[in-house]
Amino acid sequence: MNAQTETAKPAEGETERRINMIEAINEALDIMLERDDDVIVMGEDVGYFGGVFRCTAGLQEKHGKTRVFDTPISECGIIGVAVGMGAYGLRPVPEIQFADYIYPGLDQLISEAARLRYRSACDYTAPLTVRSPFGGGIFGGQTHSQSPEAIFTHVAGLKTVIPSTPYDAKGLLISSIEDNDPVIFFEPKRIYNGPFSGYYDKPVEPWKKHKDSVVPEGYYKIPLGKARHVTEGDALTVLAYGTMVHVAEAVCREKGVDAEILDLRTLVPLDIEAIEASVRKTGRCLIVHEATRTSGFGAELSALVTERCFYHLEAPVERVTGFDTPYPHSLEWAYFPGPVRIGEAIDKILGE
Amino acid sequence: MADPADNSPNSGDNRPALALHVPEPKYRPGDPVDFSDIDIGKPGDQPRPDESAQPDDMQDLAYGLVRVLGDDDKAHGPWDPKLDPETLRTMLGHMAMVRAFDERMFRGQRQGKTSFYMKCTGEEATSVAASMALASDDMVFPSYRQQGILIARGYPMIEMINQIYSNKGDKLKGRQLPIMYSSREHSFFSISGNLATQTPQAVGWAMASAIKGDSRVAATWVGEGSTAEGDFHSACTFATVYNAPVILNVINNQWAISSFSGFAGAERTTFAARALGYGLAGLRVDGNDALACYAAEQWAANRARANAGPTLIEFFTYRAEGHSTSDDPSGYRSAQEREEWPLGDPIMRLKNHLIAIGEWDEDRQAEMDKECAEKVKATTKEAEKNGILGHGLHHPFHTMFEDVFEELPWHLEEQAEQATRERKIKWPDSHPKDGAGK
Repeated sequence: MNAQTETAKPAEGETERRINMIEAINEALDIMLERDDDVIVMGEDVGYFGGVFRCTAGLQEKHGKTRVFDTPISECGIIGVAVGMGAYGLRPVPEIQFADYIYPGLDQLISEAARLRYRSACDYTAPLTVRSPFGGGIFGGQTHSQSPEAIFTHVAGLKTVIPSTPYDAKGLLISSIEDNDPVIFFEPKRIYNGPFSGYYDKPVEPWKKHKDSVVPEGYYKIPLGKARHVTEGDALTVLAYGTMVHVAEAVCREKGVDAEILDLRTLVPLDIEAIEASVRKTGRCLIVHEATRTSGFGAELSALVTERCFYHLEAPVERVTGFDTPYPHSLEWAYFPGPVRIGEAIDKILGE
Repeated sequence: MADPADNSPNSGDNRPALALHVPEPKYRPGDPVDFSDIDIGKPGDQPRPDESAQPDDMQDLAYGLVRVLGDDDKAHGPWDPKLDPETLRTMLGHMAMVRAFDERMFRGQRQGKTSFYMKCTGEEATSVAASMALASDDMVFPSYRQQGILIARGYPMIEMINQIYSNKGDKLKGRQLPIMYSSREHSFFSISGNLATQTPQAVGWAMASAIKGDSRVAATWVGEGSTAEGDFHSACTFATVYNAPVILNVINNQWAISSFSGFAGAERTTFAARALGYGLAGLRVDGNDALACYAAEQWAANRARANAGPTLIEFFTYRAEGHSTSDDPSGYRSAQEREEWPLGDPIMRLKNHLIAIGEWDEDRQAEMDKECAEKVKATTKEAEKNGILGHGLHHPFHTMFEDVFEELPWHLEEQAEQATRERKIKWPDSHPKDGAGK
């Protein structure tokens, strides 16, 4: 089994220290700016102000205006100049303020960044890491809640990474920045400050109470393409990423289901070995994501599981997803794939 | 400029009906052509400001036309770059070679040796002369009609033909449509089919050069049609915001496939004038005057190198032939346009200048043209030994899956195995060594 089972632990000689996901991302950027002179952080409001989510706070003051700077409000410009910087030899980390606003930059991502290595036969590469807050559950309405990961997983040449804990956020972001391929790094903004159970009427628990908020101060990496075992179990396999890892975990705990929850962490390249091993063991598979259902990444997961584990399956693969509508404002909790929808799907899979 | 409405609304009120203006070129197939209303100015009349001039102080240059070569074939005025005769002959040689190359490759496409080709006939000066004014390690982000840069930079012609034929010698491994060259060694960025995407990339490269305290500058080329893309706006904005050491070359050849430049906004202003709204230096240049092209690019390169800012240059020229091998211009424009074009032919004008200053003659020109044709012919024969499109000498199948990522992920490994399996069924007689088709 290839999936990582390690959890957060302090490095040798360090005391245990708990931070939230924003602080973890900020540390990853700070460390990479320090380690590699070619790393550049840029985007709307990321410089002096430190970002609308504070992910880049203090970085400009520490590393200077030519390393960390504000940009015009132009996503195609931000990604386009980042591709040019990559061709020069820099390692840009552009930020798109919300994933909902990444679309003006799509031509540069899909037609240029993703294909540059291939079309030039390695003359030029695009080692960029596009950071962008994504996902709902925050009353963000139509344009501050979307989960467009399937647009990117469909593009040959892009890697898509989504952390679900502060420990992973730091280690995966460092790996993404060091990776020589273009990486789309989606940060689930609902869990920037604390994990989310899906019970919107309960107070938010801060990261400080969660085991995966223990984050070493220094440099460490989590490899791309490796899933994480959130829980081990025999009754069914749950495939999730981002915020939904925590929602699924809360539902399984509450229902007392012996679920094996896999946090995929990287959608492309996918940890197919971990998925196959788990589903062959449990014989049942539930896929959970916030994004809309039709042609969402869940469809790819469902097809892969069915193709590769068909004779081990004891029930049809189920998908719990957002509905096929734009993300609504007032009806957010009717839309969000929360405990009720997940619970019903689990019952169905288990035949209860 | 408004056209009368051809549909009458029935709204019942007495307000005047609105009318949509749809631009229409002056001449269509069969029309007699008269370009005498185009103001091309007098060579030598345009002032040459200091390279650190403020864009506001050189507004006239965005509306006029910088010209050096006169009807007398002599160089005039402050923009004369005063190049030595040897450099001028080299420039003429590159331009003649580009034309010979275009002729042969176009023919190769017609003979079925490749799928596609695009000539740059009439625009040779805008790539050859302009790039000769840059340092060889200044980075260029071309569109698909600047093959002259590769010729001027000494890129091996056989590599160009290998790429066009997508054969086993093709450095891009047959992945790219013909003419979408790439050469890092020659500071020539990988050409993309998606228009104008290279413009913000050039700005980003220039920003990187400035971030690192380098001395190299970047230049990009884009057609006037593609300036309508959003990327061009982003490029101009970022260039001016960060004072990037970049040159934005707009090749206004009057036509974007079948659409005349009016569909990119040319009816009401010049493309160089766009610079003024961004706070960029703007120059409008006779694109068929090799000396003016060189001088303008040199001015902009000096300006960028001195941290004085970016420049937008409009090269006013004419696309003398079809858009590509897939295009027939007789379907949308008058054949007379080419002969009536008031700025003539860039190669003839430079040749006549060299003759006028006693540094060239018709015999040497004829000899040079012959040598160009022979070199292209010999190189083509050499390249054909590596194969032509569809005749089986291509890169091995597994190369199709390489370089999507730095390392081959599991799903591409699986698909590569599939392609190899299929090969044995589809082409059982193929030679195992070259992984060939048929």
